Amino acid sequence: MTMTPEKPKVITASPPGKTARQRRISMGWAAFAVPGILWLVFLFIVPMYTIFAVAGGHLNPIFNSPVPVWNPFAWSGANYVAVYHDFVGPTSFIGPILGRTVVYVVIASILSLLIAYPAAYFVARFAGKRKGLFLALMIAPFWISYMMRMLAWIDLLQTNGYINKALVNLHVISAPVNWLGGKSVTVVLGLVYGYIPYLILVLYAGLDRIDQRLIEAGRDLGLSRTQTFVTITLRLSRPAIITGMLITFLPMIGDYFTNQMLSGNVATSMIGNLIDAQLLTTSLQSEGAVLSLFLLVILLVPILYYVWQSRHSEDSVM
Amino acid sequence: MTAVLDSEVMTPATKRRSWRKNPWRKPVVLEAFTWAYLVWSIVPIVIAVIFSFNNGKSDSSWEGFSTRWYWGSTTNSVFENPVFRSAIEQTLRLAIISTILTMILGVAFGIGIHRWRSKTSVTFNFVMVFSYVIPELIFGIAFFFVFTQLFTFVDLGTSAQILGLVTWNISWPAIIIFARLSSIGPAYEEAAADLGCSRLQSLRRVLLPMLMPAIFASTVLVFATCVDDFVICNLLSSSANTEPMSVFIYSSTHGGQSGPQLNALATLMLLFSLVAAAVGFLGYRWITRGERGAGRSQALESITGL
Repeated sequence: MTMTPEKPKVITASPPGKTARQRRISMGWAAFAVPGILWLVFLFIVPMYTIFAVAGGHLNPIFNSPVPVWNPFAWSGANYVAVYHDFVGPTSFIGPILGRTVVYVVIASILSLLIAYPAAYFVARFAGKRKGLFLALMIAPFWISYMMRMLAWIDLLQTNGYINKALVNLHVISAPVNWLGGKSVTVVLGLVYGYIPYLILVLYAGLDRIDQRLIEAGRDLGLSRTQTFVTITLRLSRPAIITGMLITFLPMIGDYFTNQMLSGNVATSMIGNLIDAQLLTTSLQSEGAVLSLFLLVILLVPILYYVWQSRHSEDSVM
Repeated sequence: MTAVLDSEVMTPATKRRSWRKNPWRKPVVLEAFTWAYLVWSIVPIVIAVIFSFNNGKSDSSWEGFSTRWYWGSTTNSVFENPVFRSAIEQTLRLAIISTILTMILGVAFGIGIHRWRSKTSVTFNFVMVFSYVIPELIFGIAFFFVFTQLFTFVDLGTSAQILGLVTWNISWPAIIIFARLSSIGPAYEEAAADLGCSRLQSLRRVLLPMLMPAIFASTVLVFATCVDDFVICNLLSSSANTEPMSVFIYSSTHGGQSGPQLNALATLMLLFSLVAAAVGFLGYRWITRGERGAGRSQALESITGL
């Protein structure tokens, strides 16, 4: 899907520039877009600006609540300085949280890819007549509520849950483990389980679109199975891998609920948990605003890359 | 060597080697891996659904079948306890209203920016995709601040949640419609114009019918996304009364607490999404009947936004 509207290539004898009729038609189409545009201005651009206004604002000394400043020339740096001191200095505490977020998300992303790619590859290439069945099973989790999927693991991972029972019976562990009491393993498992359906669908769509004849040609020309896979399939699925990784990486970074449900412990808290907690205390809301801007700036490169990709490639799967 | 290749005198070892050398052998390992993945991704959910019918208070040891967590008790059954009921109603209220608004705005927006070629349309296409990719937490925070600081006439709660959900989902129909318009191309409309249709007529009688599958698929998707949404509904809810099912489950499981009634609630959420998916699948197949390339897999992919 190309997102860049290309100018219609019409060869006409008329001089360049739009005719009155063309302009009128164009305005007719514009009428369709206007409600959506106004909506996005007032309910996306203005809200995003509000984060800046709160971040650059100050605290009401009596109610201890944030007072936004709308004029960008009057923005104060006080909240930014406060967040800076959370990063460095004697009272800093964000460093470990940020580091933990990055470690969790990187491990979860790599694990997701290692699990999702082979499965998507099999369904796209070898499922044959059973493709419909595999596809339905593979898509099912995408349709199942995230909360339901987390709840399912809460049931299984409880102290007297099936996982502990099975592990004790198999003598892997001697006593039940409190998996839900702040274990990094559990949080990473939750992230992988939560976001893998989105990744696998993007990978499947990318792999399914690879021309089978290229693979056959590779084999005919004497490449081994592994060589064909590396030089043809893997190379051609690279855009899908990148898109899929982005589509899971971006929400994982801002995730706070997976962590809260499966651990609820400060020992595993991520940057999303911190922002969520700051939002609940009025006096810390402006620092929360600064932190979310910080997050947005870090993620700007991958976000813009994704937007750019979706405009320039055929596989702009959501 | 010729004797070895003869299948009658093959030892198990050479058999295995020749199986490995066969370029058209079945990818057994890959298939086993795929099944393992599917079991891992689906079985926990099946277990959770089963435990919503548990006769006991536990969600980890089975004590017989019962529907007591659905009906029969005003304190424990999700259909009779007012708190659970309010969560179910809130989910449906938010999902239905948001889906209608999203579809009206999104379809018009998709058609508009596809046909209206200007700097403004390109810019807002970008804004729309951008709004879709940023982490939902940042999006939710922006809405939280705008309703508490600027548009204070909108109270946190149902109306704020609906406005948030509509903005968050507008890109589904817009992007799907945009893609469909690109693949349809201008030929049909030109033919309609040649045959004497006005712009509006060709929109109503040619373009809209051709867009129906895309509109239908995105309606289903938006509805399911609204049912499942958590972050926006959580950040923009004002009190327990405006908590939909997803937020209710989240706030009850803090620290790993749960019980079969939560499983029952989650099972209902699952049911809503799966009914939407089933309606989407069957409806999509019905709308596209007789079309070239319309198959079961294609319908599945379309209602999932692929």
